[in-house]
Amino acid sequence: MSVTATTPRAITLELMRGSRRRHRKERLVRLFFLSAAALGLVISLAIVLALVEEAVRWLFAIDLGWLWTEGWFPRSDEFDLLTILSGTVMIAVIAMLVAAPLGLGAAAYLSEYATPRTRRTLKPILETLASIPSVVLGYFALQWINPELVRRIFGSAGTFNLLAAGLAVGILTIPLVASVAEDAMHAVPHALREGAYGIGARRKTVTTRVVFPAAVSGIVASLILGFSRAVGETMIVAIAAGATGGALRTFNPLERGQTMTGAISSLAIGSDQVRGSGFAFDSLYFVGLLLFVITFLLNVVSERFVRRVRSRY
Amino acid sequence: MALVAPADARTAVDLALRGRKRQVGGMLFRFGLLATLLLALAILLVLLVTTLADAWPVLTDRGLDFVKSDTSSLAERAGVWQGLVGSLILTGFVAAIALPIGIAAAIYLQEYTRDTRTSRILIANIRNLAGVPSVVYGILGLVIFVQAMRAITGPGSVSGKSYISGGLTLAVLVMPIVILITMEALRAVPSSIREGAYGVGATRWEVVRSHVLPYAAPGIFTGAILALARAFGETAPLLLVGAVTGYISTPSSRTPLEILQGPYTALPTQIFAWARLPAGDWQSNTAAAIIVLLVAILLVNFLAILLRNRYERTW
Repeated sequence: MSVTATTPRAITLELMRGSRRRHRKERLVRLFFLSAAALGLVISLAIVLALVEEAVRWLFAIDLGWLWTEGWFPRSDEFDLLTILSGTVMIAVIAMLVAAPLGLGAAAYLSEYATPRTRRTLKPILETLASIPSVVLGYFALQWINPELVRRIFGSAGTFNLLAAGLAVGILTIPLVASVAEDAMHAVPHALREGAYGIGARRKTVTTRVVFPAAVSGIVASLILGFSRAVGETMIVAIAAGATGGALRTFNPLERGQTMTGAISSLAIGSDQVRGSGFAFDSLYFVGLLLFVITFLLNVVSERFVRRVRSRY
Repeated sequence: MALVAPADARTAVDLALRGRKRQVGGMLFRFGLLATLLLALAILLVLLVTTLADAWPVLTDRGLDFVKSDTSSLAERAGVWQGLVGSLILTGFVAAIALPIGIAAAIYLQEYTRDTRTSRILIANIRNLAGVPSVVYGILGLVIFVQAMRAITGPGSVSGKSYISGGLTLAVLVMPIVILITMEALRAVPSSIREGAYGVGATRWEVVRSHVLPYAAPGIFTGAILALARAFGETAPLLLVGAVTGYISTPSSRTPLEILQGPYTALPTQIFAWARLPAGDWQSNTAAAIIVLLVAILLVNFLAILLRNRYERTW
C-alpha cells in the first residue's frame, strides 16, 4: 500500500531482483534436487567400477583355459562360460515362448477389445501378477509346474529342470510384456483405426493389419525387455533349475542346468563352504559383469525401439 | 425409380457385407485374445490355491503361533516372526532413503532441467538402472556396503552383513523405479497449472511445492507403495549381502543403531532357504510363509490400486 501511495519510484535492477532470501532458498533447493539426480550417475558408475575391477582381477588370476571345460563347477576350477550362457538362453527362450503370446494377446485385448469397465477390472489382475515375488514363483515352479505339467508330459524330466524354471520365468514376464506392448498399441492414433473402419475393415483386421504394424516398434521393445528380464531373473532359477553345486554343459531343457544368475546366487549362498583354489567365489564378479553387459545392451536396444514409437505419434 | 433396393437384394448385400464365415474368424480371434488374458488370471489362481492348500495344515494347526514363532531347525516349531520383522525393518530403511532421494531426483529431472543432452543422458541412465537385474545390485551391495564400508555398516563379527547393508542395497535397487514413477506423475500435471503460479511471481520451488506436488501426490504415493512392496519381496540381492537364513539370537536390549548394525534375516530369504529343504513338513512351512508374504504384498497392492482409483484424475 505504502509503495503505491508514494510517488512512483523508478524501477531499479534492485527491485526486479526480488527477495534475496527467496533466491537463496531457491538455489539451495535446486542444489539438493540436482545432487539427488546426480546420485543416479554415481550409482551407475559404482556398479560398473565395482564389477569391472573385481572381474578383471579374477580374469587375470585364473587360467583362461578354465573358461572352456565340460561344465560349471566353480569348486574344481571349471568355469565353462558356454554352460551358463546356454542355460540362460534356454531359460529366456522358454520364458518368451510363454510370455510373448500371452503378454501380446492380453495387450491386444486390453487395448483393442476391452470396454473401459473390463479394463478397470482386468488390468489390476495383471498388476497383481506382476507384484508376486519371484521367490514365490520359484516355489510354484518346483511344487506345481514341474510335477503337474512338465513331468506329466515329459516323464524323463527330473525334480529340477530348466523347462519348469523357464515356464515360471515366463509367467513372471507376462505382465511386463503386456504393459509395454499395450502402451505401444494405445499410442496408435485413432484416426488410423477409423480410416480402416471407414473402408469396411473388421476389428480383427484393424488389430492385425493396422494397429499391430503401427505399434510394431513398441511390441519389439516389449519382447526385448521381457527377454532381458528373463535373463536377469534369479530366484526361480536358483530354486527350480537345481544346479546348486554346478552343472554339466547341456542343451536339453529337461535336465538340470545353470544360468548366469543361478551361478551368482549359488556362489553367494555357498560362500562359506567353497573350497578349491579360492577363485570360486570371486568368479561371481565376472559372471555379474557379463550379466550386466548383456542386459544393458538389451535395454539400450529396446529403448531405441520405444523412442521410435514416441517420435512417430 | 426406386432409390431403395428391393428387400431380397438388400439382405443379399447385407449377408455379403457381414460375411458369415469371416465373422466366425473375428469371434475366434477375439476369444483367443481374451483367453490369453484369462489364462494369466488362471495361473494366478492356481498359484494361490495350490500354495494355500499346501499351507493349510500349518495355518489351521498353528495359526498365529506360526506367525509369531522364531526360526527353528524343527519344522513343527519354526515360524516367520524374525523374517517378518526383518523385512519390515528393511522396508522402513528403504522408505527412509530411497523415497526422499528418488522423489527429489525426479523433481529435478522433470521440473528443473530443459530438454538438453545432459538431462537426456541422466534420464536414459535412470531407465537403464531400472532394468539392471536385481542380483547385480546385490554384487554392488557386497562390494561397497558389505566390504568397503564395513566399519560403518556392521563392525565386528557380522563383518558388514547387517540391516544397514541390506537396506542400502534395496534402497539403491528401488530408487530408479521411484524416480521413473514420480516423473510420470509429475508429467501428468498440466503445464497451465505451473504457468498460473509463475504468473503471480512464484519461484520454481514455490511452484513445485504449492502447485505441482499436491496434484502429483496420489500418483507419487501409489508408485512409492508399489516400490516398497517390490523391496519387501526382493530376495536375490539379499543373498549376496548376507541375510541370515537361520535363527538369530539377539541380546534383548540393544540400541537402534546396534540392531541396524547387527545380523538380519528377511521373509523372502527364509522362504528361499525353506524351499530348498527336503519335502514334507518344510513344504507346508514354506507354503505358509509364502501365504504370509503374499498377504502382506497383495494387501499393500490393493491399497495402492484403491488409492489410484480414488484420486486418479484426467485433465
